Amino acid sequence: MDRRVFLKGLGLAGCSAAAHPLLTTLTLAEGGLALGDNRLVVIILRGAMDGLDVIQPRGDAGFATARAGLTSPATDLDGFFALNDGLSGLSPLWQAGQLAFVHATSTPYRDKRSHFDGQDLLEAGTGTDLAPMAQRDGWLNRLLQVIPGAGSETAWAVGREAMPVLAGPARTQSWAPDQDLRLTQAAQALLEHVYHDDPLFRDAASAAFDLAGGAADGKDIDPIVDFAAERLRGTARIAAFSQSGWDTHKGQGGAIQRPLERLQRSILRLQTGLGPEVWGKTVVLAMTEFGRTVRANGSGGTDHGTGGAMLAAGGAVRGGKVFGDWPGLAEADLYDRRDLMPTSDVRDWAAQVLAGLYGLDRAVLEGTVFPGLRMEASPSLIR
Amino acid sequence: MTLDTEAAAIRWGFGLPAGRTPDDMLARLAGPDRAAEMWPGGTLSRLGPVRAAYQAARKAKDAAAQKAAQRQADQLALQGVQAAFARAVGSDDPLRERLVTFWADHFTTSRRNRVEAALPGILIDEAIRPHVAGRFSDMLRAVITHPGMLIYLNQEASFGPESRKGHRRDKGLNENLARELLELHTLGVGALYSQTDVRELAELLTGLAVDPGEGFVFDAARAEPGPETVLGVTYAGKGMQPVLQALADLAARPETAAHIARKLVVHFVADNPDPGLVASVTARWLDTGGDLLAVVRALVLHPHAMLPGVGKARQPYDFIVAAFRALEVTPANVLAADAKTIKRLVLDPLAAMGQPLYRAPGPDGWPETAADWITPAGLAARIDWAMNAPQRLVRPLPDPRAFLAKALGRRAGDRLAWAVGAAESARDGVGLVLSSPEFNQR
Repeated sequence: MDRRVFLKGLGLAGCSAAAHPLLTTLTLAEGGLALGDNRLVVIILRGAMDGLDVIQPRGDAGFATARAGLTSPATDLDGFFALNDGLSGLSPLWQAGQLAFVHATSTPYRDKRSHFDGQDLLEAGTGTDLAPMAQRDGWLNRLLQVIPGAGSETAWAVGREAMPVLAGPARTQSWAPDQDLRLTQAAQALLEHVYHDDPLFRDAASAAFDLAGGAADGKDIDPIVDFAAERLRGTARIAAFSQSGWDTHKGQGGAIQRPLERLQRSILRLQTGLGPEVWGKTVVLAMTEFGRTVRANGSGGTDHGTGGAMLAAGGAVRGGKVFGDWPGLAEADLYDRRDLMPTSDVRDWAAQVLAGLYGLDRAVLEGTVFPGLRMEASPSLIR
Repeated sequence: MTLDTEAAAIRWGFGLPAGRTPDDMLARLAGPDRAAEMWPGGTLSRLGPVRAAYQAARKAKDAAAQKAAQRQADQLALQGVQAAFARAVGSDDPLRERLVTFWADHFTTSRRNRVEAALPGILIDEAIRPHVAGRFSDMLRAVITHPGMLIYLNQEASFGPESRKGHRRDKGLNENLARELLELHTLGVGALYSQTDVRELAELLTGLAVDPGEGFVFDAARAEPGPETVLGVTYAGKGMQPVLQALADLAARPETAAHIARKLVVHFVADNPDPGLVASVTARWLDTGGDLLAVVRALVLHPHAMLPGVGKARQPYDFIVAAFRALEVTPANVLAADAKTIKRLVLDPLAAMGQPLYRAPGPDGWPETAADWITPAGLAARIDWAMNAPQRLVRPLPDPRAFLAKALGRRAGDRLAWAVGAAESARDGVGLVLSSPEFNQR
């Protein structure tokens, strides 16, 4: 397996480059020229965000039944959809037309519902004709490959977690803050499962969870967002990072609040950090590997599903709208009689955004960036 | 890989992926110590001048020279740590590496100050490693006459009350080394020795001293004159001869065989070991006069040595080494890492897990039972490391399902396999494997 091992300060060029105060502006400028002025931020939401809980289809008669006892407080957006109050801080963006959602969308990934495979496909941006593990490039990297003169400082993967969406032959940079992230509630639940039959580990763990990790608020994301904003204010045009904690199998009402808080905080902090002028040229796409089951499971949560939701924010977004054809929640309308039926390919929306931001034509998008995609002329998410 | 080779790699080595048969491991142990050649550590001959320069600079109040010497000393210490991890991670002779950690713990030393931080590792390299497949009596002699031990157990401060230097400087005995030599290194605390034996042995050892430049010396001017009687045997004569005879006699005592054979079994096999297994290893020790290769062979090949379900916890050092191996961190990576990286990914986490490197709380070394290690604070530190360190070591992270197979083979339980498949990110999946009871036990 071709894996790059990097003991910090040695292997990973991006680490030292980021820390180096004498970065030449020459290379940085290349990126600016090649991609123009528009900025794209991709946030990979790892763990499968429950689109039905974040953008609640309150206008669908089946919703209240399917989600009895699970529906979080939400505020109406457009008479049909309501926004989870965990994102209520984004209302001003909605009012200003800088926040949009796409509902009932998904990658081409179906049926196995594995996080890893699902994320691999989301970040590879390909179809299912190749095994997910066989895709080594991410779609953002292929975007850079087709931009003549895209400099190596054009795109940044930010944070400790690897970002396959940016991986590939085109040079990109990466940077991670010198801090650890807290154990997510989902990871803690899995650990409890693993320790369950071993009294020594089980007993030690119950006290250990209080000791592990740092602060419980969403502030651990701040250095990542601040770094991305700083780069994008300069000559970088693309940044990608990820956020975990969405795998809400149990006690979802509470469990989803922390990742929502972190997502909201990231978007608002990006807006502030970029300043009005750059924010006006920015699109933030928050995408997840798949959605979750329509019906609640037996432990107040939801399991892995298919159709989900994507969030788009930024001054360049044509917002104030929930996009996508709504498939309905009647049993016959569901995928596999359990999941929200996807009515669009999430890559289609991303491709429209790339076309609008960077002037890429359809042949390049369908042939190279998202090979095998057939763009269905989805309405553009951007102004 | 068969179940047997997997289990052997975990019980006698630092875990998977390389499974080995017990016979193969023993054959390598009987061969040359290639890891020590490939990844050399610090040596006393290099530390000596640095330490002398440091002390001279301190006396002369030359802050710049003192700082320069300290930097050299830090570099030696770092090289020692890197060598230890490079060998443990990279060696194809893992039983030898595990035996080195066992004996390093049996003959625990701890650093006295920063300028001597490399000394415990140097003692391991110079006095322990060469003998793990040799004779116990040789190891004992090498350790007891090594400056690392003489400094740690205050032998260098012990003077025969009736010796010339004792008279002149009005100094006397320090019993520390003599007591631990009987209580910890040879007979064991339960053996029948008396305070008089301790005192007589302390007097016998009074010539053992450390010269800042030369290392170990026998200093006749501080040796207590006259014969000493230890455990009923009288040692007379001058110089090192009676000391070496006493060490050889202690090494040959049956109490020593029983004490250390049991420790070996407890360390490698079970906190509450099978008495038949202990008896068998002890008998082999006595039959061969402490031939450690034969002793280890008797342990490894004993039919009860591989009984499952004994619940030994991997100590933090083993845990990090085994994780490095599973993550395919190479010796070259370890050697290329700078001091800050080693501190952050290895030394600070070891301390947080309860096992700061070369800093055991006392000369009796680290505790053995799983309950000593799997504590709330210790487990929290393991989980923290498992969830965060791999991303700093390897990019991209392996697929957690493949990583589970590589790290644990068929040892992975159903609960773990399910959880790893259900993890929401590669970070969590890899972290779950490394946090699991399966990975934290051997």
